[in-house]
Amino acid sequence: MTKKLITVSVNGKKEEKAVEPRTLLIHFLREELNLTGAHIGCETSHCGVCTVDIDGQSVKSCTHLAIQCDGSEVLTVEGLANKGVLHAVQEGFYKEHGLQCGFCTPGMLMRAYRFLQENPSPSEDEIRHGMSGNLCRCTGYQNIIKAVQYAAKKLQEPVAA
Amino acid sequence: MIPPRFDYHAPKTVGEAVALLGQWGSDAKLLAGGHSLLPMMKLRFAQPAHLIDINRIPELRGIREEGGTIVIGAMTVENELISSPILQAKVPLLCEAAKLIADPQVRNRGTIGGDIAHGDPGNDHPALSLVIEASFVLEGPKGRRTVAADGFFLGTYMTQLEENEVMCEIRVPAFAHGTGYAYEKLKRKTGDWATAGCAVVIRKNGDQVSHVRIGLTNVAPTALRAEEAEAALLNKPFNAANVQAAAAAAIAICNPAEDLRGDIEYKTAMAGEMVKRALNKAWALCA
Repeated sequence: MTKKLITVSVNGKKEEKAVEPRTLLIHFLREELNLTGAHIGCETSHCGVCTVDIDGQSVKSCTHLAIQCDGSEVLTVEGLANKGVLHAVQEGFYKEHGLQCGFCTPGMLMRAYRFLQENPSPSEDEIRHGMSGNLCRCTGYQNIIKAVQYAAKKLQEPVAA
Repeated sequence: MIPPRFDYHAPKTVGEAVALLGQWGSDAKLLAGGHSLLPMMKLRFAQPAHLIDINRIPELRGIREEGGTIVIGAMTVENELISSPILQAKVPLLCEAAKLIADPQVRNRGTIGGDIAHGDPGNDHPALSLVIEASFVLEGPKGRRTVAADGFFLGTYMTQLEENEVMCEIRVPAFAHGTGYAYEKLKRKTGDWATAGCAVVIRKNGDQVSHVRIGLTNVAPTALRAEEAEAALLNKPFNAANVQAAAAAAIAICNPAEDLRGDIEYKTAMAGEMVKRALNKAWALCA
């Protein structure tokens, strides 16, 4: 049960750490790397607040071992903004009031970020299905949908020269 | 919640995984997608001293055709089932049903083999594998053997998979032209297990049913094949009376456990309703 050395790229930064095999990715991010954006909610893969991106896929980090990420690229909500400029999904949640208490927001943002790459111009129905792994206990779903629609539109705009 | 301590192994081949299982026996568990096992470990329902992670075994992934048989690697995840052109063309029931399993994130991790091998009556692939007449390729220390889905599920968390075996492949005959299919799953919310579920594969000859398989999810200690319900339809005209008779025969074999999804009476009634809906939907797809 000795610790094992893993190498993970987190938000573009190479991290080499010794981890206990039982360390969950969410605890590795929050406690080893002090990246507390991803939250701990249900801890049983239902609520989605711990959602991060691993090698281009949305994954619930409460149900994934850190050791399984050896050699992987992980993106968390801390890596979304670029040099202080909010990512389109962050801007969307801000503009459309897509958060109330904010607890679910990091997971919502990370799922929306990946979902809009899987489906860049989704219908409302597709957004509801695509975001269905994330729960909002404030039940602010309507504005969350609007926020994702805002981001989809913004991401479709031609980039200013 | 943090799982109890364990030693971690990440074999690169099935042979290595089988050797590790042989070495550690009942102290070891295979880690597939982990979305059943890791929560169970957190809750101390499972406390393996050795975890054998089979995610780094490439030969266990992917979907291919071998003649008229579709071969699905046991570690193929649900989202890969949904997007597979081979399955969309040859076993579309799996694509449609996988959309009803868990949620997008979980479908990136949850595997078809894990869903089957876990033996949880709430899982969806057991009933699906019964109706698509799947067989499972299991590898142990003495080599490989193939076991039919029908008879594989012995009880809750109990299957014919031995402690020293790895599930490698799910083999499915391609659907014959004109095959109708459906999976009807009643659930309280996205991501929930079925309150009751029914899988159907059906073929017709004129207005007669020439082939039918009916499988039930989460209404007994294992997935069930409803053979008497099938007999109520086979070689008979497909009409409301015969569909009702099939639903009644399916209800007769239900033995659900009461839980937050409903009491026994409700779940049993819903199983009948799912049978009717699935039969009607599948029949409408028949050509």
